[in-house]
Formats: sequence, structure tokens, C-alpha cells
Amino acid sequence: MANSGYDAVSHAPPAEVGEMELVHPKTFVGKYIWSQDAKVIAVQYGITATAIGLVALVLSLLMRLQLGFPNTFSIIDPASYLQYVSMHGMIMVVYLLTALLLGAFGNYLIPLMCGARDMVFPYVNMLSYWVYLLAVLVLASGFFVPGGPTGAGWTLYPPQAVSPGTPGINWGIITMLVSLVIFIIGFTMGGLNYVVTVLQARTRGMTLMRLPLTVWGIFMATVLALLAFPALLVACLMMLMDRLLGTSFFMPAMAAAQGHDGGSPLLFQHLFWFFGHPEVYIVALPAFGIVSDLVATHARRHIFGYRMMVWAIIAIGGLSFVVWAHHMYVSGMNPSFGFLFATTTLIIAVPTALKVYNWVLTLWRGNIRLNVPMLFAIGFLFTFVNGGLSGLFLGNVTVDVPLSDTYFVVGHFHMVMAVAPILVIFGAIYHWYPKITGRMLDNRLGHFHFWVTFIGTYAIYYPMHYLGLEGVPRRYYAYGDTAFISDSVQAANVGITIAAFVVAAAQAAFIFNLAWSYFHGREAGPNPWEATTLEWQTPHTPPRHGNWGDELPVVYRWPYDYGVPGAEADFIPQNVPPAPAESSAGGTGGGRT
Amino acid sequence: MTVTLVFLAVLMAAFAGWLISQSVNVKPWVAASPEAVRAHHWPAGLTAPRIALVVFLAVVTSLFALGVSAYLSRMEYGVDWEPVPEPGLLWLNTGVLVLASVALQTAWKAARQGNGVRLMRWLAAGGLLTVAFIAGQLIVWRGLADAGYYVASNPANAFFYLLTGLHALHLLGGLIAWTRPLVRLSRGGAPGEVLGAVELCAVYWHYLLAIWAALFAILLYS
Repeated sequence: MANSGYDAVSHAPPAEVGEMELVHPKTFVGKYIWSQDAKVIAVQYGITATAIGLVALVLSLLMRLQLGFPNTFSIIDPASYLQYVSMHGMIMVVYLLTALLLGAFGNYLIPLMCGARDMVFPYVNMLSYWVYLLAVLVLASGFFVPGGPTGAGWTLYPPQAVSPGTPGINWGIITMLVSLVIFIIGFTMGGLNYVVTVLQARTRGMTLMRLPLTVWGIFMATVLALLAFPALLVACLMMLMDRLLGTSFFMPAMAAAQGHDGGSPLLFQHLFWFFGHPEVYIVALPAFGIVSDLVATHARRHIFGYRMMVWAIIAIGGLSFVVWAHHMYVSGMNPSFGFLFATTTLIIAVPTALKVYNWVLTLWRGNIRLNVPMLFAIGFLFTFVNGGLSGLFLGNVTVDVPLSDTYFVVGHFHMVMAVAPILVIFGAIYHWYPKITGRMLDNRLGHFHFWVTFIGTYAIYYPMHYLGLEGVPRRYYAYGDTAFISDSVQAANVGITIAAFVVAAAQAAFIFNLAWSYFHGREAGPNPWEATTLEWQTPHTPPRHGNWGDELPVVYRWPYDYGVPGAEADFIPQNVPPAPAESSAGGTGGGRT
Repeated sequence: MTVTLVFLAVLMAAFAGWLISQSVNVKPWVAASPEAVRAHHWPAGLTAPRIALVVFLAVVTSLFALGVSAYLSRMEYGVDWEPVPEPGLLWLNTGVLVLASVALQTAWKAARQGNGVRLMRWLAAGGLLTVAFIAGQLIVWRGLADAGYYVASNPANAFFYLLTGLHALHLLGGLIAWTRPLVRLSRGGAPGEVLGAVELCAVYWHYLLAIWAALFAILLYS
């Protein structure tokens, strides 16, 4: 570039930590199946998560059929309805969102964005994927065991999760718990890799404060996951012991008929939500990070308040461990205990709102390019604010108690942690697909996909808030002639079901786009979005195993040098050294790790 | 949950404090000169395996802190809580685990001094003592079951088996890692080649010994 005043290579030896030894297999199987390349592992994670996610999507459509047109479909009986609810929830939260955001995007982006050749432990990383696949297979086996999968709801509350009357108490609950244990083991292997790679394997000049916010989000989410998943692991092991060995960790005296006595169901709720609430941020933080980079890149502006954004990510991560009991306001807890958790819940809105303001201020007077990833990023902002605001209602004890277990809750959490992260995932796929495959996704299909998904999800989830205010309870198979439920509820349910089918059908266009563009898409070139971060500066597109050529890149600047006054182009990649005048004005920000 | 909250509060405070100390005085928007970039050196001691072990130990601590939290909160319910008797064998097992830790520490020292014979001897001793500890735990479990303290007969029993079982599982995992330097040495590897692995084993064993001491103290206290 014209403004490079220095020759990078002669001034700074690139590898700050020793070069990695990579395994370079020659066969197809070694390259694409038993691969130790984080980029291939990322795609494996992505395909597996999408596959099981499509199963969960079909389950939700079956639920919608029953709710929209009760007594029409004989294949859906009350037991299988509960099984659809449970499997849909668990698959979407753990096996799709967590695996996709951390397993797929984490694996693809962390080494590239940090300027590393690969994850620090490639073998463990490969193992992580295969253990995850095993977890998915064990989970899916629940559909084929006698009695079918568990119908206990995704929260698996005891004692009903293992008591007669709930579907799947013979085998389904066991496959679910075993699958979760396997998933957590596999995730720990991957998570260690993500954290250590970010901490240790960054290239020369890539200080923590020059990391793209995507890496910050994935990094902090991984830290949360590593500390929170043990709670789920303990809970799963204890429930397995209750189910298989006849212990009574969670089984109270009311389960005496099954030989249990003296357990505490509340203990499970505490353990589950001690995992369950950080899980919300395990999904949200990577989405926050990715959306920051999408907004900055496509608005051609530096992110507003980079340090604030980093501190907000750290603050949200810390606070997410002290809000879990707001899921348990109706469990009979001490009111002052509830007040404490209402307070922490409202406090966490402060750093979150700060992030929203910063995204909006980044857009303010930006040179906005309404590319498809940008549409999804802006769609995320709307959806996240909407879902977040209804969260402020539910965070207050007195409002939550009447709304608890109604469709208001369903509408809230689908807006904030289902639709919002999924919009970011779509945006991220449109953004990075050109780097992964070397070809652009089709633009017209992308616009179609965005508008149908964005408007369609509002058509699905906005009416649910109304249903919740009416008092319609969630998880019910049918409502019959309930006095307080008005006729318009049924009309709304029909509308929601139709919208759900339209949105689901639009996803076929997306999947077609992914497949078609792989062969026929326009050639992307190395940097189609004119972005600054390192993954767009690789010598090859798609990047080869090892990511970089002979030399690792050297980083001189933060990832948000868009529209720098006096610069020739409107973006300066991170590995371009400063012009002499630029650095003499700027002091020595480079010395820190 | 107090135990877990205290642990997490300390951990998150330390971690967030470190992260913020890395960021508070930095102007990320200012490009660094090549001199400044070159002047920076990554501390040689901060290798990936060492950082990974520390992170993993944080995960292990989270797991046991949650287990102990559950144990303590269940104990508070009281009424039907019948503490497990602590067989004297547990004291002997504790002694064996201390010796295993000492042996691995000695092996680590021998590896640093490049003394291959001593290293092999103490490394093997550390592993065998650990196997002896796990065997001792099996005898304890059998003895308790024979005396009528089945896993399902009382919540205290269930927790005892769960926590001690989890601890033994972690030692078994350590033994898998332990075989790697052992195999390498027995194939004629030099002490320097396995120094890193032996160091990680020793630290991991010390940590699991500390966790055992905490668990044992809590079990005695009940």
C-alpha cells in the first residue's frame, strides 16, 4: 500500500511464539474427514449443527401444526407433542446455537483473526468435533428408543423428568442426559483450544486490544461455557444416578412410590439455571462480537467505543453468573432473594444497552453499504432490542409471576436468544462464505431470505406476547374450552402457524443458495467486502492449511481503520505498517499484550 | 451455592482485573510503529500447555465447587441426613496420594537435572502410588456397601460416592496423560524431551491432592 513507510519483514520477526508443527495429510480422508485443520473442523461443526438444527426446525413445525389446527393431525398425540417441545428446545440451544457459534465460527475465525496457523492443540480440536458428533448421534438415538425421547421440557425439571406420566422416562431421558455429558466433555476439549489460542497464539503485534470484537465475544463466551457447563454436568450425573442407581438427589418424598425419598428438586433448578443463564450469554456474546464487525465493515466506520465494547463484554460475562435465579421466581423462593436477582438482572441491561448504543452510533453518518450481511446485522439490532425490552418486564418479580409459563416468555426468549443470534449467524455466513469457499452467495436470494425471515419471525413471535398477556400457558397440547382464553387466540395461532411455515420454506432458499453458489457463485477474490481484519489478508482464498504463507502476518493497527483521514483507500488492513508521520504522532500503543 | 459463588467471584475478579489492566491505558486506534511491535516479547514461560493446564484446572475447580455446593446445601435440609462413617482406610489412602504427589515432584526435579534413571523411577512410582490410591478407594466403596451404606440408602451416601468417584475419575484421566512420558522414556527418550509433560503431571497431581484434601475435610466435617 502507498502509505506503508516500512518494510514489514525486515523490521519485525513475525513469529512471536514458536512456529507450530502441523500435520499435513495427503489423502482425501485425512484432509477432510479426520482433519486437524481448524477450518475443516469448523465446516464439520457447521454441517452437523445445521443438520440436527433442521430436525429441531421440523419438530417446531409439527408443534405449530398442532397449535394452529388442533384435532386435525392424528400423528401428533399429547405425548409426542411434549417430546417435540423438549427436543426442539434442547437441540436449538445446545446442539445448534452453541455448537455453531463456538464450534463453527470459533474454529474458523479464531486462528485466522489472531494470525495463528491453527488452534494450539489441533489433535484435541479434532477429537472435540468427533465427541460432539457422538453426542448428536446419542441425542438423535432418543427418537428410536422404546418410548421415544424425553418429554420433560428442555429444562428437564425433576421429579417429573423421571416420573411416570412423562413421555420417555425409560430410555429417552437417559439418552438425553448421556448425550449432554458427552457434549460437555467434547466442548471442554474445544473450549480449551479457543481460550489458549486467543491467549497464547496471537501473531506479533496482535495485542488483546487489537483483537476484532468477534474474537472477544467468542473468547468470553468460551470462558463462560467452560465455567458454566460443569453445573449442567453435575446435574446430569446426579439425575442419571437418580434414574439408574435409585439415589434421591432430586427426588422428594412425593416420589416415594418409586422408592425415592428426601431429594430436592430445587437443587436441580439451581444447578440447571446456574448453567442455563450463562448459556444465554454463551450464545449472545459471540453474536454481539460478530455483529460489531459486520456493522463496522459494512458501514465503513470504526466501531464506536471499542474499549467500552470490550469492557461491556467482560462485564456481561461476569454478571451473567449472578442472575440465574430470575428463572426461578415461581419456585417459592424468599422474596428478598428474588429482589436481589431482579436487581442484578436489571444491572446487566446497562452494559447490554451500552453495546446497542455503540452499534447505532457506529451506523450514525456511516457510509452504509446495504449488503446482505449488513441487512442481517441491522435486523439483529431491532430484534435484540425488542427481545431485550420484554426481558426487562420479566426480570421484575411482580411482573414475572403472572407471566411465568405463558407465551409471553416464549415470545421473549425466542426474540432475544433464538431469532437475534440466528440473524447474526445468517449475516455471518453471508459475510464469511466468500472466504470459506472463494465464491459469493447469490444476492437476490439473500435479499429474499432476509426479508422473509425478518418479517416472518416478527409475524411469529409478536403475537405470542399478546397470547401471553391473555394468559395462554406454554407447553399445552390443546386448550379445549378454557373460559379465559378468547376465540381470537385460536385465530392468532393459525396466523403464527402459517408464518412459521413461510419462514421455514424461505430457509430452503438459503440452503439452495449455499449449495448452488458453491459451484456457480461469482468469484469472490481475497477481500470482497474491503475489510481490515486478518482473515481477508490471507495469501490464498480459501486459506490453505496453515492459513499463511511462509511468514505469519505482523499486526500494527486495530481492526477498525475505516475511513482514516488522509489514507488512500477507505480501509487499512491490520497488517499494514503506519506511515512515518502516523506513528510518530501516535506514541507507543504497541507494547502491551 | 455460596462456595461456587465465592470461587467464581474470585476467579472472575482476577480475570476481569487482568483483562482491564491490559486495556485501560491503551489507545487501540493508534497504529504501532514497527519498533514498538518488535520490542515486545512474549514471556517464554507462558507456553500453550501450561496455560491450558491452568484453564483446565479452573474448569475442574468449577465442577468440584458445584458438587460441594450441592452437598452442603443438601446437608442443610437436615432431617434424614445420616453421615457416612469415615473408614480409617481413607487416611491411609490420603497418605498414599500425598506420596504420589511427592514422587511426581521428585520426578519433575530429576527431569530438570537431566537424571534419566531417577526420573523414570520416580515417575513410575508416582503412577503406581496413584493406582494404589484408586484401588484403596475401591476397597473403601466395597467396605461401605458391605456395611449397608448403599449409594441409594441415604443422600449422604449418594454424595459421598459421587464426589469421591468424580475425584477418582480425574486421577484416571491424569494416569492416561502420565503414560505418555513413561512410554517415551522407556523407548529411550531423553529427560529433556519429557520435561514439559512431567511438569504438567506433577502440577495436576498436586492440584488433585488439594481437591482431595478439601473433599476429605468436608466429608469429615459432616
